[in-house]
Amino acid sequence: MSRDGSDVPRGGGATYLGMPAFPRAADFPRAADTATRDGRLRANLRHATHTIRAKRARAVAELDDWARLREAGAAIKDRTLRHLDHHLVRLEEAVTRAGGTVHWAADAAEANRIVTDLVRATGEREVVKVKSMATQEIGLNEALAESGIRAYETDLAELIVQLGDDLPSHILVPAIHRDRGEIRDIFRDRMASWGRPAPEGLTDRPAELAEAARQHLREKFLRAKVGVSGANFMVAETGTLVVVESEGNGRMCLTLPETLISVVGIEKTVPTWRDLEVFLQLLPRSSTAERMNPYTSMWTGTTDGDGPRVFHLVLLDNGRTDTLADQVGRQALRCIRCSACLNVCPVYERAGGHAYGSPYPGPIGAILTPQLRGLASPLEESLPYASSLCGACFEVCPVAIDIPEVLVHLRERVAEGGEVTVRGTRTVIRPAKRHATERAAMRAARWAFDHPDALRRGQRILSRTRRLQPRRLPGPGRAWTDSRELPAVPAESFRDWWARTRGGTS
Amino acid sequence: MRVGLFVTCVNDSLYPRTGRAVVTLLERLGVQVDFPMAQSCCGQPMFNTGYRHQTEPLVRRYAAAFRDHDYVVTPSGSCAAMVRDNYPRIGARAEAEGRGTELSEAATSAVPKTYELTEFLVDVLGVTDVGAYFPHTVTYHPTCHGLRALGLGERPRRLLERVEGLELRELDGAEECCGFGGTFAVKNPAVSAAMGSDKTRAIARTGAEAVCTVDNSCLMHIGGVLAREGSPVRPVHIAEILAGTKESAR
Repeated sequence: MSRDGSDVPRGGGATYLGMPAFPRAADFPRAADTATRDGRLRANLRHATHTIRAKRARAVAELDDWARLREAGAAIKDRTLRHLDHHLVRLEEAVTRAGGTVHWAADAAEANRIVTDLVRATGEREVVKVKSMATQEIGLNEALAESGIRAYETDLAELIVQLGDDLPSHILVPAIHRDRGEIRDIFRDRMASWGRPAPEGLTDRPAELAEAARQHLREKFLRAKVGVSGANFMVAETGTLVVVESEGNGRMCLTLPETLISVVGIEKTVPTWRDLEVFLQLLPRSSTAERMNPYTSMWTGTTDGDGPRVFHLVLLDNGRTDTLADQVGRQALRCIRCSACLNVCPVYERAGGHAYGSPYPGPIGAILTPQLRGLASPLEESLPYASSLCGACFEVCPVAIDIPEVLVHLRERVAEGGEVTVRGTRTVIRPAKRHATERAAMRAARWAFDHPDALRRGQRILSRTRRLQPRRLPGPGRAWTDSRELPAVPAESFRDWWARTRGGTS
Repeated sequence: MRVGLFVTCVNDSLYPRTGRAVVTLLERLGVQVDFPMAQSCCGQPMFNTGYRHQTEPLVRRYAAAFRDHDYVVTPSGSCAAMVRDNYPRIGARAEAEGRGTELSEAATSAVPKTYELTEFLVDVLGVTDVGAYFPHTVTYHPTCHGLRALGLGERPRRLLERVEGLELRELDGAEECCGFGGTFAVKNPAVSAAMGSDKTRAIARTGAEAVCTVDNSCLMHIGGVLAREGSPVRPVHIAEILAGTKESAR
């Protein structure tokens, strides 16, 4: 069901409140369980993530000042977020001065309404889109479809996803879960119903697939009167927006249409061009492992005779201000969507992006989604636990987001409840109901650990009965013994051995 | 120099031989070890699952148990990382919640003296050749908290390289998590098992007789998968390798 309660047809089943395009996975473990059984998916993900991972490591190793760049990136983001209200007002003034119009959207519904009204006002029934996370977050394509407006994705991977009636599973490479053969089939079967059909006899050679996409998209670029984009950065001092992409398709959408509408999360603001410089070094090396980004488009309002004549900027909150109120969780807003954390994450590699039930998959999704949406359902409650806390994500993050720290912090909100901010109001949430048994077990364990004599009696009972213990556990214990043997219980605990041999009572 | 052994709850209850190996090893190196009975668990299972408040009594207990020690040595990378990274956080959060400085003080007293075993050997005792003998092929899996939280780096490897008779085999994808992750192993069993079997496949490819780590909790998972697969590879804690001598091998 979409936000207003109407059914939105999608390939993947029921859709998500506030993010209508995304299917409601029951929870992460269940969705991941299905994914781990899919051999083709596992192979595609493993190959792709390991390739990008290795390239990124080489690109980063080239710079001797990477650690300092990373510190600078984190510091600039933190400083900007601390005074975000001030920078946003400066940005609005600069964009307005340069001929743009700024709109403020508190949530997904408001942003969708603004964009839909703006497109309607042009009289157009279709828009071309630059790859954008923010518009996926709000489910813009579905909202436009409800008003009879067709949105065409023009990023190659987003095109594959759209044609396949599929969902993106990666921030940088949304069709990472597809291999060449699958892409060929999607192009052959689906291109005709969206526009120019795929050429006869299309093979799975990358050059042929790219050419098919080029022909298909060219038609849309030349016809479209309205372009819709996000932005990687917004420079407050001049009101300049920046899109960083690799294909040039984004630049087509940013320059050819008469009207350009950009939907951008408020945390994408940087105060000055000097600040931007740091991120234009951090982002390409972290995401595509390139030294310099191929297509970096920048525009400041409108310019006579050059590019779109009308420019609208929709500044999106959608949970960001609430996230900013959380002292530990707010570091997630530093994210520049490079997806380095996805490519090194062992959990993402096995579970795939769809299991995260959001356009933001992987480690960053596990901390961003529950904060932007709130701990609204079993899915969001399960996301902070979708990690072994191995720390690989923190190690590669170009803005030093301590993802494990935030995961544990969010686990606390789930397990113990506590203070959160919802739509600007401080609220105390109760511990999650589903964790009642676990909570009792943790309390019992804590009590035993805080009473070593009782612990010792327990250890002795365990040791004495060790021959009688089952090899496979019933109930929740099956989660261990379904795939692993239990450790053998020793005849004597360490503390009993120490007491017996050293007589220690210290 | 008063050295206390923090054996950890997992080793105390399930792998006492690792604790005994630490005692043997340190005593052989001339270090007198003490085991305060008041110790129990560092609190990691509770903290990492989201029960910070349940962890607090265990922070106090740890600090009190080792109040009079100059060093605390623990054969666990993740428990050492729990003390070093999370005890100060737990203290700071309690302060922020207006509950005084007592937990912060406990953390401040505990953190600087807590050492993971290989850190203590290399950094404090300044030894890499501990006079050990272990005539087997071994592959080393650097556990995540040892690798990334503590930054153990080459310390365990340097110690293993000096063990007589030991042949070290390189492990593919060594720095990838084995899939244990504490309660992660039972909360996300499918992903945990998939990570575990990828790890055991890499271990099998080394042809080593044993897989060694600085953490028995990870080894419990890796060993559990190996055993289920019927693998002959033996999981062994680094302390047990370093404690071995020609005499004990007989």
